[in-house]
Amino acid sequence: MTVDLAALANALPFLLKGLWFTLQITLVGVSGGIVFGSLLAIARLSQSRLLSTLATAYVNLMRSIPLILVIFWVFFLVPWAIGWMTASGRPVAVGASLTIFVTFVLFEAAYYAEIVRAGFRSISPGQYAACDALGLSKFHAYTYILFPQAIRNVLPILLTQTIVLFQDTSLVYVISATDLLGAATKIAQRDGRLVEMYLTVGVIYFVFCFAASQFVKQLQGRLAYGAR
Amino acid sequence: MIEIDNVSKSYGAFQVLKNCSASIADGEVVVICGPSGSGKSTLIKTVNGLETIDSGQINVSGFRLAPDVTNVAALRRSVGMVFQSFELFPHLTVLSNVTIAQIKVLKRSRAAAEEKALTLLARVGLSGHTTKYPAQLSGGQQQRVAIARALALDPKVMLFDEPTSALDPEMVNEVLDVMTGLARQGMTMVCVTHEMGFARSVANRVLFMDDGEIVETADAVKFFDAPQSERAKAFLAKILRH
Repeated sequence: MTVDLAALANALPFLLKGLWFTLQITLVGVSGGIVFGSLLAIARLSQSRLLSTLATAYVNLMRSIPLILVIFWVFFLVPWAIGWMTASGRPVAVGASLTIFVTFVLFEAAYYAEIVRAGFRSISPGQYAACDALGLSKFHAYTYILFPQAIRNVLPILLTQTIVLFQDTSLVYVISATDLLGAATKIAQRDGRLVEMYLTVGVIYFVFCFAASQFVKQLQGRLAYGAR
Repeated sequence: MIEIDNVSKSYGAFQVLKNCSASIADGEVVVICGPSGSGKSTLIKTVNGLETIDSGQINVSGFRLAPDVTNVAALRRSVGMVFQSFELFPHLTVLSNVTIAQIKVLKRSRAAAEEKALTLLARVGLSGHTTKYPAQLSGGQQQRVAIARALALDPKVMLFDEPTSALDPEMVNEVLDVMTGLARQGMTMVCVTHEMGFARSVANRVLFMDDGEIVETADAVKFFDAPQSERAKAFLAKILRH
């Protein structure tokens, strides 16, 4: 069999569209996941038994089920739930993109929560005492003193998790969304160009992930305090 | 004015403070000394509510602290604290370390906070270091920044918890000099320290603690020249031998 580069050139615009959606999922997953995950982390560390139990249960649940199952749940169950809640009597279509964004935020938040929590725990107790002694409110202490240090301490791990997230976006093919892999699959099946398509997307995933992991490596060296 | 009245505290079965009472007047400099594990650090941390107490009460310039008092924000605004390991915020510059609580807690404008910070940093001899990060400073310099950070909130009382214990010997004096200057200006100070030279020459009084109790309270000079209790004599014999 021959590799047809012309077929690749024709497919490129569609692949780039897929890549753009993959990047969108990643961006929404990271930003939403870190925001929600940080709240979960703070809830887990809070002195309120109720809050910490709820957050712990959520994190453990999400980390114990496969992402693909959560995608199915949100895609197939949420329309029913909304239909039931709004008493419309039938499922309300949510749309693949929204389903995917919501799913990734909900799912990744559990992983980011554990990373951010590790970040908080890596801060010396003296820093908490210093915040207290200066009279900073909990909100101010977390916002300006503790959260920035926690994130900084775990930044390489957060980025590594983001690389995993980037790869996991390919699972959205199960609901026929057109991410990078979805786009490649559609063209591959339409034109019978499986080899070209799957090799190409393989290279694209590799380039992104390899570049990102090299960046993480560099960052680790520069992040130590005093190494400015 | 600090009034410590019959304060006790336990960690589980271990009683770390046993009916401690002491009174510290405005402008007074008091050194708390004693063997390690005697409860000195715990006692000083009860004064600004970093450690809760199980019984008794503490009065700090009109603020009453008791086992059931949980809102200590007002108290902390009038009490500055300096820690053994500095506890500067590593991700903030020296200037930001000194301004952040002024801006967030006292709601000062950034300009006013920075002006205050620059004055204080000059006072502790660190004018040229405002844009540096804590990790770029020596231990002694970091501790002086920490003192400036605490002073920036215009505290009525300053607490020092072993401020020189984590320092290399050659940096101890630069910190003690700042503390001495502060004492001369009439700041009310409570210091847990092993610097007996400082205690003798700068402190008005010494509280000697052992095993969770305040065993002896005496004039600083008197305490060193003629300690009354056997435990204080034994302690001084150990640390002043060389």
